[in-house]
Amino acid sequence: MATLSADFGLPLRSFELRLALEVERTVALVGPSGAGKSSVLRAIAGLARPSGRIALDDEVWLDENVCRAPDERRVGLVFQEYALFPHLSVERNVAFGGKERVGELLERFRISHLARARPRELSGGERQRVALARALARDPGVLLLDEPLSALDTHTKDAVRLELQELLQSFRLPTLIVTHDYEDAAALADTVGVLVEGELRQVGSPTELVSQPSDPFVASFTGANLLHGRVQSLDEGLTRVRLESGEVVYSTDTAQGDVGVVVYPWDVSIGRIHVDDSALNLIRGEIASVSRVGNRVRVRIGPLTAEVTEASADRLELARGGVAIASFKATGTRLVPLAS
Amino acid sequence: MRRTLLAALALAAAAVALAFLVLPVAAIFLRVPPGKLLHQLSSPVVTDALIVSAKTSAIAQALIIVFGTPLAYLVASRRFRGRALVVTLIELPLVLPPAVAGIGLLALFGRAGLLGTSIPFTQTAVVLAVAFVASPLYIRQAIAAFEAVDPDVVAAARTLGAGPGRTFFRVVLPLARGGLAAGEALAFARGLGEFGATIMFAGSLQGLTQTLPLAIYEEFALDFDTALAMGALLVVVSAALLVILKLVLTWQPSRQTSGFLFVRSS
Repeated sequence: MATLSADFGLPLRSFELRLALEVERTVALVGPSGAGKSSVLRAIAGLARPSGRIALDDEVWLDENVCRAPDERRVGLVFQEYALFPHLSVERNVAFGGKERVGELLERFRISHLARARPRELSGGERQRVALARALARDPGVLLLDEPLSALDTHTKDAVRLELQELLQSFRLPTLIVTHDYEDAAALADTVGVLVEGELRQVGSPTELVSQPSDPFVASFTGANLLHGRVQSLDEGLTRVRLESGEVVYSTDTAQGDVGVVVYPWDVSIGRIHVDDSALNLIRGEIASVSRVGNRVRVRIGPLTAEVTEASADRLELARGGVAIASFKATGTRLVPLAS
Repeated sequence: MRRTLLAALALAAAAVALAFLVLPVAAIFLRVPPGKLLHQLSSPVVTDALIVSAKTSAIAQALIIVFGTPLAYLVASRRFRGRALVVTLIELPLVLPPAVAGIGLLALFGRAGLLGTSIPFTQTAVVLAVAFVASPLYIRQAIAAFEAVDPDVVAAARTLGAGPGRTFFRVVLPLARGGLAAGEALAFARGLGEFGATIMFAGSLQGLTQTLPLAIYEEFALDFDTALAMGALLVVVSAALLVILKLVLTWQPSRQTSGFLFVRSS
């Protein structure tokens, strides 16, 4: 497979986007809205003019001497709102990218029956398939997806995510995805970069980012609980941290001063009574909310979010206003230095 | 009691306003029987004026489209210093009194004018007067139509391998078509009725520069019925244009409803 290498700077409204990235298989950039994610794709596609170098293998798209127009870069860019041509049928939308493989692509994306339909008659998932087919009809060397799942409602999102996962694997193209949703990034890409205010904070595999977040932002972005506290003492390999909310928790990580205590919701157990088990950290409090997320139940107790199975939630009769004890192990508790 | 009185007054005022707008137009058709109106249309003054009007309108509108469309597209798709000023300059002829337009054209194209040409009082002068007065209506509307085209859709065309030309003709133009047609209908209607600038810059020579509105003006003292016949003809054409305009605008429900006579100036 080819490699897209991008190393450039692009001044945006309130900060400068700086990026050095190699895209070999599937890379996802995650970050909050306004982090410059879409600008990365626009810069690579030639719709914005950064300074630096962009190349697909040894085909240079941008450097000091070269700046190829968008139509001369072999990119397949799928826009967030898909940007289908409203005045053209599905078939002619796809053919706009290239006429050779239209029939094959319509079939592959299961949109043959929609060939004569106009984009406004399609559902969100169908529009996305048309946009993907159109981008591939251009026979691109790299695929760029802008928030591929955000224009879909939660109901279709899960199905489309699965489908997209399989499709991306079959394309065998270097692919760069940008999304604000860490779960989507982790599901679709094998490398994830966290982009904040135009700067890459951390690049790694989805599991790396979860297990070893380099800073509190990365931690909270991957879905972890982030509790603020201050290291009190270190003894026998355990770091004692007093939280802002008053509780004391322990971690096997070592740190000093103000820290962010990172614990993942699926590492937190919930009980009604205190059981003397190996979990060293206990937070007792009132249940602030109970909400269902897929087949799991998310429970908020004080500053913590825990995830338990539906069966456990039913058995424990967890409900808003009740009192419960959240427990998690010191070994599952990460400490990240806080920039104060 | 007071309320009913107020409602009655409002209704009466509305009736007066509506009648005031409708009756002069209706009077054109009611004063002389329709058969006679039709007959008057075959008088040489009318046919000459009709030919001059049709020919100069066609040429002027073609020029407006050929030169106005690129200007509108550039203004709509670029952000540059002085853009607001350019938009204002484009709109200026709209608010100028026609007599000022006429004297301006004379000052530029007149024998002693800036360019020193022999254009005044020729058919070319009619074309220029019409183009000057009517083109802002088209260009303004065209700018709004181009601005309403989703920039992502244009960008998508470029990333799919289409150069600027193919992108313009295959994507931008079809999407802006409704707005452009509406602008052209307005410009055509305005150009057809042009009077002030034409009479100053081109005069009123039958068969050469005398358009329908000028012919009405010349005829009304001599032969009122002929003047009426030409008036009726212009009413029919204008009404048809208005209907076409409204149809075009309803065909484009997602675009060009609020942006109709409005151009962003920044």
